[in-house]
Amino acid sequence: MTEHLAALQVVIPLLCAPICMLVRYRDWSWSVALFGSWSCLAISWLLLQQVMTSGVISYHMGNWVPPIGIEYRIDEINAFVLLIVSAIGAIVTPYARESVRAEFGVNRVYMFYTSYMLCLCGLLGVTITGDAFNLFVFLEISSLSSYVLIAMGKDRRALKAAYQYLILGTIGATFIVIGIGLLYAETGTLNMADLANKLSKNPINKTIGTAFGFLFVGISLKLALFPLHLWLPNAYTFAPSVVSAFLAATATKVAVYVLLRFLFTIFDIKISFGVLPLESVLLALSIVAMFVASVVAIFQPNIKRMLAYSSVAQIGYVILGISFININGLAAGIIHLFNHALIKGGMFLAVGCLFYKIASVNIDKLAGIGRRMPLTMAAFVVGGLGLIGVPLTAGFISKWYLIIGALDRGLWWAAVLILLSSLLAVIYIWRVVEVAYLKPSPDGNNHIEDAPPSMLIPTWVLIGSSIYFGINTDLTVGVAKQAARQLLGGG
Amino acid sequence: MSLFGLYNYWIVVFLMMAGFYVVVAHENLIKKIVGLNVFQASVFILYITVGKVQGGTAPIIGENFTIYSNPLPHVLILTAIVVGVATTALGLALVIRIKEAYGTIEDDEIAALEEEP
Repeated sequence: MTEHLAALQVVIPLLCAPICMLVRYRDWSWSVALFGSWSCLAISWLLLQQVMTSGVISYHMGNWVPPIGIEYRIDEINAFVLLIVSAIGAIVTPYARESVRAEFGVNRVYMFYTSYMLCLCGLLGVTITGDAFNLFVFLEISSLSSYVLIAMGKDRRALKAAYQYLILGTIGATFIVIGIGLLYAETGTLNMADLANKLSKNPINKTIGTAFGFLFVGISLKLALFPLHLWLPNAYTFAPSVVSAFLAATATKVAVYVLLRFLFTIFDIKISFGVLPLESVLLALSIVAMFVASVVAIFQPNIKRMLAYSSVAQIGYVILGISFININGLAAGIIHLFNHALIKGGMFLAVGCLFYKIASVNIDKLAGIGRRMPLTMAAFVVGGLGLIGVPLTAGFISKWYLIIGALDRGLWWAAVLILLSSLLAVIYIWRVVEVAYLKPSPDGNNHIEDAPPSMLIPTWVLIGSSIYFGINTDLTVGVAKQAARQLLGGG
Repeated sequence: MSLFGLYNYWIVVFLMMAGFYVVVAHENLIKKIVGLNVFQASVFILYITVGKVQGGTAPIIGENFTIYSNPLPHVLILTAIVVGVATTALGLALVIRIKEAYGTIEDDEIAALEEEP
């Protein structure tokens, strides 16, 4: 059994999807999804333990030996990303029960859980696979199902957002296939380890350079690197609450993982940062993202859109860490991947609680909500403190390592910019706090009517763990540093 | 090899640019999807061209043949075609829903409708 864990990680959600489709009675499909997501969490935890104790796991799909067969290859970094994705999935599913029933109607919930399981399967598959073309197939599974999930939003603008995401997402994915095709033409292999091996022996030529360019642009579209983020704000704003939380916490994170994999494992640093001045490109784009997206977030009347722009800014921090190409910077990127997933996931869940009760996410409708829904708003505020990077929150740890990484590289001005951009987060979080706590309710209605416990508990689990990982950093920093060392090739 | 000898790749580049241009430049949502299909078709041709071995025959073992084309890119592209079909189907389904919700499939008219509250 344990030797097949790698395959089960993907196969379980893949099988749960059609079962959800068949089990249409009330919300039985929810139970199937609950089983699927929690088994995934258990498996990814076991895989991480196995990787930490006995090193890289290589699983040969159907016993075909790589590089001919498809290999699932798990090392520190993707074991960690698997854990992030499946943990978010496992926490979001219990929350989804009430929220999805309220937003979809009982008779249509099975459609949601089917797409949700497929999306989980795709995201886990992208992360676990060691085969470049297999990565594309899983990427498309997760993308197609997330287009469906976004289009399920109630507002008609959700359809438009899903369409826009479909067009841009497909362009991104097609760029990735072109890149993979050119690499195959050059090396004759699709296995990532084999690709890395052959590319390091080949001299750099135009085909490899072109492949790299296509892959970089395609992946950047998927991870919403500024200025390729245009699909993200609408998609997160109009998607159902659960979908916003799930995608914000996982989809872009998996894309960042793919970028890391291509930059550091498949192409080594010499090619990645040698063909193009990629270091300065990433540095510039991420700093622009941190500032422009944060400023735009300040002016949004809709909280979900505000959080979406804040996500673009936070992706900027992750990429900034990667652009330093040193242990602390890279580790900061990976730590922030995890921390941002917790914080932003928790905040979107809190916003989902607001939407469940007052059917609106516009800031002007939130006057006095802090007194009416104290637990929900408290979760939102604690999450907001994490985004700002206040000490004792997970966000502080990310920024701490980010600043150390910047200083290691001698970029003291980048460290200053990190601190300055955090102040912008203070402004956009404060706007919500001010309306929610300092303004009176419009109708003087002050009695407490918080969201149901099945929604509040998952929200607080995510927010609570963002505090926990701000105090106890053994897991995050330990794994992230080991992963960073491995990516940089120091063993 | 002469410039003409690589004509497959010129077709790929032409289709790729043409498809991409249609996706970016057209306001009509259906035309955008058509452009996306042309764009993807160029990639299919790229892969199939890569798999062709000069003088090679179909990869079925026979007594008279020693050189075979590489079947792997062809198989890969079968998968990519399936993905492309799924994307097109989903895209068209979304266009139908957009038409129901907005009464138009022109991007600029939808944008104008969204301006009004």
